[in-house]
Amino acid sequence: MADLTLRRALPADRERVLRWLQEYGVYLGVALLLLVNIAFTPHFLSAENFRTQAVQVAPVVIVALGMALAIGSEGVDLSVGSVMALSTSLVALYMGYGPWIALIVAVVGGAAVGLVNGSLIAFIGVQPIVATLALMVGARGLALVLLPQLEDIRDPGMATLGSGEFAGVPYVVLIAAALALVVAFVVRRTTFGRQLLAIGDSRPAAKLAGLPVRRVLIVVYVVCGVLAAVAGFLATARLSASDPTSLGNLMELSAITAVVVGGTPLTGGRVRIGGTVAGAVLIQLLTATLIKHDLEPSWTQIAQAVVIILAVYAARERGKR
Amino acid sequence: MTVVKDETPADRLAAYDAAEPAGSGRGERLSALAQQHGALVALVAIAAVASLSFDSFATTGNIENMAVSSAFLAIVALGMTFVIVTGGIDLSVGSVFVLGGVLAAWGSRHGTVVALLLPLAVCGLIGLVNGLLIARLRLAPFIVTLAAMLGARGVMLSVTDEGADTYLVAEGSLFADLGQGKLLGIGVPVWITAALFVAGGILLRRTRFGQHVYAVGGNEDAAALMGAPVARTKTLVYTLNGLLAGFAGALNAAWLDSGVTILGYGMELEAIAAVVIGGTLLSGGMGFVGGSLVGVLLLKVIQNVINQIGSLDSAYQQVVSGGFLVVVVIAQTWLARRRRVP
Repeated sequence: MADLTLRRALPADRERVLRWLQEYGVYLGVALLLLVNIAFTPHFLSAENFRTQAVQVAPVVIVALGMALAIGSEGVDLSVGSVMALSTSLVALYMGYGPWIALIVAVVGGAAVGLVNGSLIAFIGVQPIVATLALMVGARGLALVLLPQLEDIRDPGMATLGSGEFAGVPYVVLIAAALALVVAFVVRRTTFGRQLLAIGDSRPAAKLAGLPVRRVLIVVYVVCGVLAAVAGFLATARLSASDPTSLGNLMELSAITAVVVGGTPLTGGRVRIGGTVAGAVLIQLLTATLIKHDLEPSWTQIAQAVVIILAVYAARERGKR
Repeated sequence: MTVVKDETPADRLAAYDAAEPAGSGRGERLSALAQQHGALVALVAIAAVASLSFDSFATTGNIENMAVSSAFLAIVALGMTFVIVTGGIDLSVGSVFVLGGVLAAWGSRHGTVVALLLPLAVCGLIGLVNGLLIARLRLAPFIVTLAAMLGARGVMLSVTDEGADTYLVAEGSLFADLGQGKLLGIGVPVWITAALFVAGGILLRRTRFGQHVYAVGGNEDAAALMGAPVARTKTLVYTLNGLLAGFAGALNAAWLDSGVTILGYGMELEAIAAVVIGGTLLSGGMGFVGGSLVGVLLLKVIQNVINQIGSLDSAYQQVVSGGFLVVVVIAQTWLARRRRVP
């Protein structure tokens, strides 16, 4: 889009600082928050505390990975929270056949929602916000139809998955880390990753260049749905209960926040997986810090709002070129 | 004998409106008609079937109930229509709505004027900040209003001691009448909503500001080159939306007698759905307020019908609403494409 207003050129060094901040600001933020907490928060430097924080942030990270792909393709997926709810309902219904079958059914459910999202966006040309909004409403309803109320999950396998750990690191965290590595590899090193970024940069250009635009978009939303379903499965394991009414509420917002704070521009064409993980950690640490210092949740929300605005403001400078 | 009739400006406007779908051909005009009035046809059809199938649907009590409960969402959808016509989106309306209600209930103990002005001032300010960030700093509307959604709910929580306090509307005040009173047998909120929609329709269709709204949504760069005040128009649109959402919240508090703190979740999505169902394109530059009203009524009638069936619980309502939205956007996109591609 042509920029019609004349802008005064930024001094070179200021621009360099800004660019550095865009690139590494989120890591700097995490480091600062860690230092502040180590200095001022009692009992912060304990393995137990780190474990708690990591376990809490893991589902957000998993969902945000898919969201980063959707945003990188110049889209968005609002249905992820509802897919988590659908996943937890399916897990409760199929737990009788064992955790593996339940996981497979949940993943198939998430993939199906993603397939509908992707088809609406790729074939019919519906805007991602509207398409995924419809599925957000529909999938949450479906989750509640399948399982109208909270149900306890009593399965030893699920309990191990939810609270067990390997070498001091909870399984949930290990799974999130592994998924982040896989997604980062896909984005950086595979043809699919390149195609995704090209489409996010300019869909018409990608189409003219002969890229399989529709197929890539559908895969993006299917992956997004599958990751949300996995997050729902893990959350169910951790809570030892299936609660489709509240699980995943506002998860789409947390995930979008993590992606944006991590420096992935909303205009597409660029995906930063490391930044996304750091973005999720930053928000988690910020919330934890405020709560530990007895600030009320209301202030936590206001602080989050400010961080989001600052992050997009920083990201905006890049777009000017 | 031929009758020569003077052509009035209204006639010319009507002729212009009729010719508006680019090009000619009955197919295109039909597409345009379906896109603009499809929701109305669906509304009439569903209401007709419902009143034949359920004895309790077309009763005065039920219709009145539907009308009043639609009024609040309709006011929010009115503001959302303006935002979407400029090509933007506002996710903060649900939080602003609940904040407006809480502030109004708190203010009602200091009189009706405070009960109305306090929410309008605060919610208008939130809208103004949204608008300035979007128009002047050119940040994405989606993410700015997402932040405002968190921020406004945070402010609401800090005002109510983390949601623990529910302020009651002062009893017997004029403000309570605004929500619960009746005029000619129809609830006051319904009258207010109708008046706002008439005003909104005139503002969008017949004023310079309205033309700017369409121009900005149609093509921002072209609008700027033609001298339309793009930034000011956008700022005003988001401010207006904040004002309307806050006012709807205040009215809702007057109706409920208290500033309930758990409202407004998902309201932004309902409002966007209503606007889209009503024939306004999310890509901007096209749309009309009447459609949004029809969209709201359609959502509420579907909700009511599902309640009438009784054996279905409210979860089905979400499934049906979601499925309906999918069908509508597919139809919209298909119709819009038929009109645009030569």
